[in-house]
Amino acid sequence: MLSKEEIEIIVLSLKVALASVIFSLPFAVACAWALARCSFPGKTLFDALVHLPLVLPPVVIGYFLLVTFGKKGWIGGALDAWFGITFAFRWTGAALAAGVMGFPLMVRAIRLAIEAVPLRLEWAARTLGASRWRVFLTVTLPLSIPGLAVGVLLAFARSLGEFGATITFVSNIPGETQTLPLAIYNLTQSPGADAAILKLCIVSIVLSVAALAASEWVNRRARLVGGSLVK
Amino acid sequence: MIDIDICKRFSAQTEISAKFISSASVLALFGRSGSGKTTVVNAMAGLVKPDRGHIRIDDVALFDSERGINMAVEQRGIGYVFQDGLLFPHLTVRQNLDYGARRSASFDRKDAPSVPFDQVVKLLGIAALVQRDTPSLSGGEKQRIAIGRALLSRPRLLLMDEPIASLDSDRRSEILRLIERVRDEFGVRIVYVSHSIGEVSRLADDVVLMNEGQVVACAPTEEIFNRADLRPYTGRFEGGALIEAHAVRHDMKYYLTTFKFDGGELIAPGVDTPVGARVRIRVRARDVTLATERPRGLSIRNVLEGTVGAIDNRGGAIVEVHVQLAVADGSEARELLSRISAQALDEMQLKTGQPVYALIKAIAFDKRSMGFTA
Repeated sequence: MLSKEEIEIIVLSLKVALASVIFSLPFAVACAWALARCSFPGKTLFDALVHLPLVLPPVVIGYFLLVTFGKKGWIGGALDAWFGITFAFRWTGAALAAGVMGFPLMVRAIRLAIEAVPLRLEWAARTLGASRWRVFLTVTLPLSIPGLAVGVLLAFARSLGEFGATITFVSNIPGETQTLPLAIYNLTQSPGADAAILKLCIVSIVLSVAALAASEWVNRRARLVGGSLVK
Repeated sequence: MIDIDICKRFSAQTEISAKFISSASVLALFGRSGSGKTTVVNAMAGLVKPDRGHIRIDDVALFDSERGINMAVEQRGIGYVFQDGLLFPHLTVRQNLDYGARRSASFDRKDAPSVPFDQVVKLLGIAALVQRDTPSLSGGEKQRIAIGRALLSRPRLLLMDEPIASLDSDRRSEILRLIERVRDEFGVRIVYVSHSIGEVSRLADDVVLMNEGQVVACAPTEEIFNRADLRPYTGRFEGGALIEAHAVRHDMKYYLTTFKFDGGELIAPGVDTPVGARVRIRVRARDVTLATERPRGLSIRNVLEGTVGAIDNRGGAIVEVHVQLAVADGSEARELLSRISAQALDEMQLKTGQPVYALIKAIAFDKRSMGFTA
């Protein structure tokens, strides 16, 4: 049904999307908490910066990544020299691009969830002797799980569909950076590939629906636990 | 001892400034909503940072702008019971109760009262609730758990901000009784915020009277509610007099309890309190009837002799008459307040200094208007 190459494409896409979500989640939670609960100078600028990938053309983001995280980029070069981590033309670069593009969606959803936790509930926890960090871990975070699930889903779906930044940053290399959208794009360039395109499109739809279902499930479980928060 | 002198400006118009010292075991912050009571307790808890001043509990400075002290909320050891309970909805009742208890074990304070879990559960009557899910609790149950949770964190001081305001009246007197028992059994000092004259006169030893962000007075409860110059602040609540009395006997046949105070005896519906127990009774002005002769053939149980004091006639349908009760030589003067119609005043031709009888129905007293001390 699916050829070896096609399976390779699907596995790579899932790997890239999962990696992007897993690695951006801690940063997204930290940014969301800072935006929801702290006031600091330059907060508006910070907020705008976080949202930049949402409003800029993906190609522009891809180019920025190329310049900074490429082999000769000032961050990419340093990471390569010190830790041997390379992003340029590797699947890790595809994950980085997908993570950056999905980041604002994730931060937004988590921030809304944190803002919905009553501040007075956190006050109550602090009067009971819990430090700010403990309050975050024992009260704010557990009560934000429904929003967290939404944020993870949005970022995951966004990663699966990432095209512009990825192709600009890490190109379209089969077996290394050729994810589903890139593969579909490739097929559209050659004549008579309609059946193959349709197959990959169906795979895309199935993956997205499965992700949606998974996040709904997490959400419902979390609501059972997080309970009456909305009241 | 609580020693507070703080200032907090919210905008050009609103500034809260509070200065008072009290050693009461229950201190009430009393005033209508918006008078700044909650800001003061929030500052004590550390949830609001005053612009300047100091907050000292006993000899510990929690906040002092001059010395640059501002202790973190979690290190102050001050329990807080909020109006809406604020239980953690994602935790069970047991986990809620344990939340503060576990942390309190880590700080080693000598002045912390000993608060055993089982004793708290028994006193608050929450044994059956411990395994329940938090969202399924009723309002009264939530407030019991909130009190238990704060108590188990072994606070040096327990703040309560309108803890019973959102409950129905049956639950209210139930929780009030529990608060009295918490005070007596655990020796926890309480700062109680309320705009209810009934709650404050029942619980508090000292009252801080607040109005529009300022402290008007800080004095013993009886004085606050009986002082004429404070009537503009306390009088918008129902007028009345506060009497310190003690139970002297129970009438088992008619279910009546007799209380004795400097100005005489009062008969009230039976209450479940030992003979000798100190009680604070609030006599509302509208429950006091006046007579120029000792009445006969009336159902009224309480007849107190006295003389007419000041007459407060503001030209409306109602006048307030102060009655100086006859007291034994050497005791402090006791005063009752009576609210009668202006017509009755004219017909009876009441004058200051004239002998008069104050009549009060026994059933005018209910359990809710009485505060008990062990």
